[in-house]
Amino acid sequence: MSVPANDVALRNRDLMRKLLVVCGGMLAFAFAMVPMYRQICDAIGISQQRAVIAATSTQVDTSRDIKVELLASTAGLPWKFEALDRVVTLHPGELHTVRYQVVNTLGRAVTAQAVMSTAPALAMRYIEKQECFCFKTQTLQPGESREMPVVFRVKRDAPADLTTISLSYSFMEAPGGAT
Amino acid sequence: MSAIAHPHDHSHGEAHEHHGPPRGITRWLYTTNHKDIGTMYLVFSCIMFFAGGSMAMMIRAELFEPGLQLFNPQFFNSLTTIHGLVMIFGAIMPAFVGLANWLIPMQIGAADMAFPRLNNWSFWLLVPASVLLISGFFVPGGAIASGWTLYPPLSIQQGISMDMSILAIHMMGASSIMGSINIITTILNMRAPGMTLMKMPMFVWAWLITAYLLIAVMPVLAGAITMLLFDRHFGTSFFNAAGGGDPTMFLHIFWFFGHPEVYIMILPAFGIVSQIIPAFARKPLFGYASMVYATASIAILSFIVWGHHMFTVGMPAAGNLFFMYATILIAVPTGVKVFNWISTMWRGSMTFETPMLFAIGFIFLFTIGGFSGLVLALAPVDITLHNTYYVVAHFHYVLVSGALFAIIGAVYFWLPKWTGNMYNETLGKWHFWLSMIGFNVLFFPQHFLGLAGMPRRIPDYALQFAEWNMISSIGAFIFGFTQLIFLYNVITTIRSGKPAEQKPWEGADSLEWTHLPTPAPYHTFEVQPVIK
Repeated sequence: MSVPANDVALRNRDLMRKLLVVCGGMLAFAFAMVPMYRQICDAIGISQQRAVIAATSTQVDTSRDIKVELLASTAGLPWKFEALDRVVTLHPGELHTVRYQVVNTLGRAVTAQAVMSTAPALAMRYIEKQECFCFKTQTLQPGESREMPVVFRVKRDAPADLTTISLSYSFMEAPGGAT
Repeated sequence: MSAIAHPHDHSHGEAHEHHGPPRGITRWLYTTNHKDIGTMYLVFSCIMFFAGGSMAMMIRAELFEPGLQLFNPQFFNSLTTIHGLVMIFGAIMPAFVGLANWLIPMQIGAADMAFPRLNNWSFWLLVPASVLLISGFFVPGGAIASGWTLYPPLSIQQGISMDMSILAIHMMGASSIMGSINIITTILNMRAPGMTLMKMPMFVWAWLITAYLLIAVMPVLAGAITMLLFDRHFGTSFFNAAGGGDPTMFLHIFWFFGHPEVYIMILPAFGIVSQIIPAFARKPLFGYASMVYATASIAILSFIVWGHHMFTVGMPAAGNLFFMYATILIAVPTGVKVFNWISTMWRGSMTFETPMLFAIGFIFLFTIGGFSGLVLALAPVDITLHNTYYVVAHFHYVLVSGALFAIIGAVYFWLPKWTGNMYNETLGKWHFWLSMIGFNVLFFPQHFLGLAGMPRRIPDYALQFAEWNMISSIGAFIFGFTQLIFLYNVITTIRSGKPAEQKPWEGADSLEWTHLPTPAPYHTFEVQPVIK
């Protein structure tokens, strides 16, 4: 051969290095396939990861809906009090959050207590409240505004003919201030 | 090797070690001679072939009748899994590497492989790897039973044998990569003067392309099984759905390796057949350049068709269609090759010695396997045939009557060159015809079973499949025991065969036949020939 032997050895080692780089590149490519796979699946909308399987409560009766109308009134107290969500539709057993807003229009601090009532009155025993501004008295400074949540559910065993509930809160001034 | 005593070897004069190999076990442990290493590869793959074959016999014995007769289902699944891995990584691939070691330096006029010591290491990695793989049968939980494709979640859940198998596959992959680097370097840098790329024998071309495929996809397999190992032991969630991973992703990574891998197992066979057919047709290979381009096209296309192994995983229709059309496209270069072989034989003065019989058997049966592959490539058809015996029939037609027949043909063809002795032609013909009959009785009915809906990888089956399964098992026993004729023939040829003629095949025209004595001396082409 015209080329000296050690020259061949050098060229061999050179080629081997290049081929090893190819191998390393392909190994890196194997790992790069992981994010590539996720992105391609996302892009064409078949991502398995996106199939969110939310923990669903087995205590919700999805077979029927109950309409809950939210009312607000004050008894002899010139507060501005209203339900921000006027009507909600929910399944029995489903936890729901609604918001009320109250503004103290008087020139003094007032402490008041909200009282709940329902129509029909029978519905009262099927309302289960987890959080309510009626659990304690509310003290508002002059001109203060407050947004207040009610977290509640209608119990699963509510009778089937109970399709609409009016949920009403009425604020009245607590005698003797804060409790 | 009896080659040591050949007078040509003494022409180098000085009394150094070139007179022959050292004796005893250290010759084989330390050897850097490409012929010794080629021999070791071939012996190793022969042992693994009979190991994997025994498992196949056990599988067919269990499937002889419906019901569970011999093995429990878990062990049966271990058998199919290890049979596949042993045959692929232990028998077919090392056999091709063995042939490459023996033949490539002689065919391109090089003295040895480019990295002889690396060559030794590539081989000796295989031995512990195969021990690790097979010894899975003897550890708690038994050998892996996930199928050779190692799909999660099964492969994440299995016992210690999965870790042993992953390590074994890593070692076999490393061995293949080192072997491939060696082969590419040898072919590109060490050809004799005048041996241009387009003058190389087809076997060398096929191996050059195969070696590129190997270094491109073996690291991907290594990556995939490394991720498996991490999921198993280090709390990652590449494929573990419970941790946000996706088992389907393993299929994509695995088959990105897996499809080129099946061409790794067939391209060298194409090369072998392209050597054997012209030798016995006594005509040069028809369409040499188109053969080279067709082989390269098949290799390139193999990277974009992996999805056809997974039409049922829920890819978008556009994805299924792409993989379907790309797969069907491969039929074009493959068809070019088949027609070139047939054209080579056309009006040749043919004789039908055993290597030629195996080569013609290859063309005939491989083409059937190619056609069933086309059927499976059709996405809508594949959805019903997926994981049925039709698939089993298909890939055994391309791997047994494809790769294996070519390897057997190659052994008969080059055995005189390697040993200096001629094999027994009568036994060779018996071996071929019994193999041909046994093989078709074994695998052709499996098409029917698959079309009728029999799933693969099950130890028991519904009664309507009983007749064809029994026929298939009978074919399996014929095919399996026929291979003992081959073993006997090869051993007696080495030990006591009649001396072969200097050029036993009239039409053979590559350098090992035209420039070297028979048997080939221990050291050849220390002075490179000049090719005109």
